[in-house]
Amino acid sequence: MTVTENKSETESASPDQGQLHLLPRRESVLRMSEVRAAEIAESEPLADENDQTMLMNMGPSHPSTHGVLRLMLELDGETVIRSKPIIGYLHTGMEKTGETLTYLQGPTNVTRMDYAAPLFNELVFSLAVEELIGIEIPERATWIRMLMTEMNRIASHLLFMATNGMDLGAVSMMIYGWREREQVLRFFEKVTGLRMNHNYIRVGGVAADLPDGWRDDVLHLLEMLPPRLEEYDILMTGQPIWRERLQGVGVISSEEAIALSATGPILRSTGVAWDLRRDMPYLAYPEVDFDVVVGSYGDSFDRYAIRLNEIRESIRIVHQILDKMPKGDYRSEDRKVTPPPRARIDESMEALIHHFKIFTEGFKVPEGEVYVAVESPRGELGCYIVSDGGPKPYRMHIRGPSFVNLQTMPHMMADSLIADAVAIISSVDPILGEVDR
Amino acid sequence: MTEPTDDAETETEIEETSEDGVETAYGCAVTHSRGQRVIHVDRDRWLDVASELLADGWNMCVDVTAVDYLAHVGRRELPPGIAPERFEVVASFISHARRDRIRARIQIPADDPTIGSLYRIYPGTDYLEREVFDLFGITFIGHPDLSRILMPENWEGHPLRKDYVVGAIPVQFKAPAN
Repeated sequence: MTVTENKSETESASPDQGQLHLLPRRESVLRMSEVRAAEIAESEPLADENDQTMLMNMGPSHPSTHGVLRLMLELDGETVIRSKPIIGYLHTGMEKTGETLTYLQGPTNVTRMDYAAPLFNELVFSLAVEELIGIEIPERATWIRMLMTEMNRIASHLLFMATNGMDLGAVSMMIYGWREREQVLRFFEKVTGLRMNHNYIRVGGVAADLPDGWRDDVLHLLEMLPPRLEEYDILMTGQPIWRERLQGVGVISSEEAIALSATGPILRSTGVAWDLRRDMPYLAYPEVDFDVVVGSYGDSFDRYAIRLNEIRESIRIVHQILDKMPKGDYRSEDRKVTPPPRARIDESMEALIHHFKIFTEGFKVPEGEVYVAVESPRGELGCYIVSDGGPKPYRMHIRGPSFVNLQTMPHMMADSLIADAVAIISSVDPILGEVDR
Repeated sequence: MTEPTDDAETETEIEETSEDGVETAYGCAVTHSRGQRVIHVDRDRWLDVASELLADGWNMCVDVTAVDYLAHVGRRELPPGIAPERFEVVASFISHARRDRIRARIQIPADDPTIGSLYRIYPGTDYLEREVFDLFGITFIGHPDLSRILMPENWEGHPLRKDYVVGAIPVQFKAPAN
């Protein structure tokens, strides 16, 4: 069966106008509707002997597709000619929901997007709203946010280590990755009350101060992790089987990555040193010392190695945060956005009214629009908010790095074996909650 | 290794202030929203301006989204000469060399929700434009595969439009059309 849906995209790609010519493998993007694919599947096979390609469906419940990613693959034997990621199975209209929730309820909604790195979603939403209101948050809140998001980056990359290992046959790695991540989640549970979907970072600061003994917990984690990372190196990084499986698989050039708007480890694996924490700093990142890890070949191995080493960089950052954590308030004392302390409600009528106003009506945010971005474990996580002066966002858009990075997949998979497709999906590390929102 | 450099040699941007005091760049009016630079591009000039942006070192289009201003009650920050329309396409660009961002807002009338596709200039907008098409019903002319991406292929309506009411639409359980 020959698939002839793709219209040639070459004709008007003149080199001096636009980035399209930077994508030599753009014909590998399969452009076919699901209905058409179903029709082809039901039609009689053609008698033509020369028709060698086959359409194959992979997912959405395939174990290596990290949730509900579905791929339509056009195969020639075992070689992937063209592919199309089909998404939307987890689409729950979170951006629409966001328009019906107040700014106080907003973090509860967005935290469910990238469920492996929920604190980043809360962070970017809160930063965007704070930018709109124009409030300063206390220094301690900033540093707590940095501590929590860096710990979350560690947890997210550990999850990648686990699933990446499992996808490629290093099944024991799954248990190890999960074991370490569990320790970090236990710390989150102690601080926020929840292992995931914390609703901890809120507009104006964080929900609660760090609990007693937090420093010892963090130090324990920081002591526990480096030897475990050494074990990963022994188990995987240096292993010939592991390297054979990943090196040279899913290669992407820096031109392609930039043209496809890829960010995060995918962009860095091609040698482009671009990290928003360093290049467009937010929070207090200028005050900590860390390196941006880059690769040189843009293959799956580089993406694996970058994430492994980013855990080490995050550990380095957390050590500095422990030294520099200031004292003070953990949330803004601006009564416009912060509910009054519980004790005040018992003694002050105004405090009680204030409390009710904030939790029922919500606080109003001045008119305007703003785009704020942070470096999530997967790349640029952006939040665009339009306010019409009311207590709910008029429009709340999240630029999910997984969603945009997914575009690189057909390019990486072009002319690779179907077994390598699994390695490529894994190395892109898409979180489908964020892809579909 | 292509380390972003600090030297601003690539800075060729045409920035001027016209007689009536309106700041312009790339021939478009500029406003500042919370310190962020926003250019307001005329729909007919969109692809030309995008080409200029690319040539001027804005090497990545990180985000394309849209806003439906149908129910917006507040004041919209628009420079003089830009007539407000129901829809607005918002695109964010990044320059790795300058470590800077710029945002473009384009007014799209409700009776003709179309705009040129950035696909040939910034191919990374492929999925983002499909998302806007899916959820807002804005057509991107020249896009190679403008189809629904998040909603099912046979879905009716565009959920992020303001007249698409939450909870008032019965769930569709019909079989795919064929």
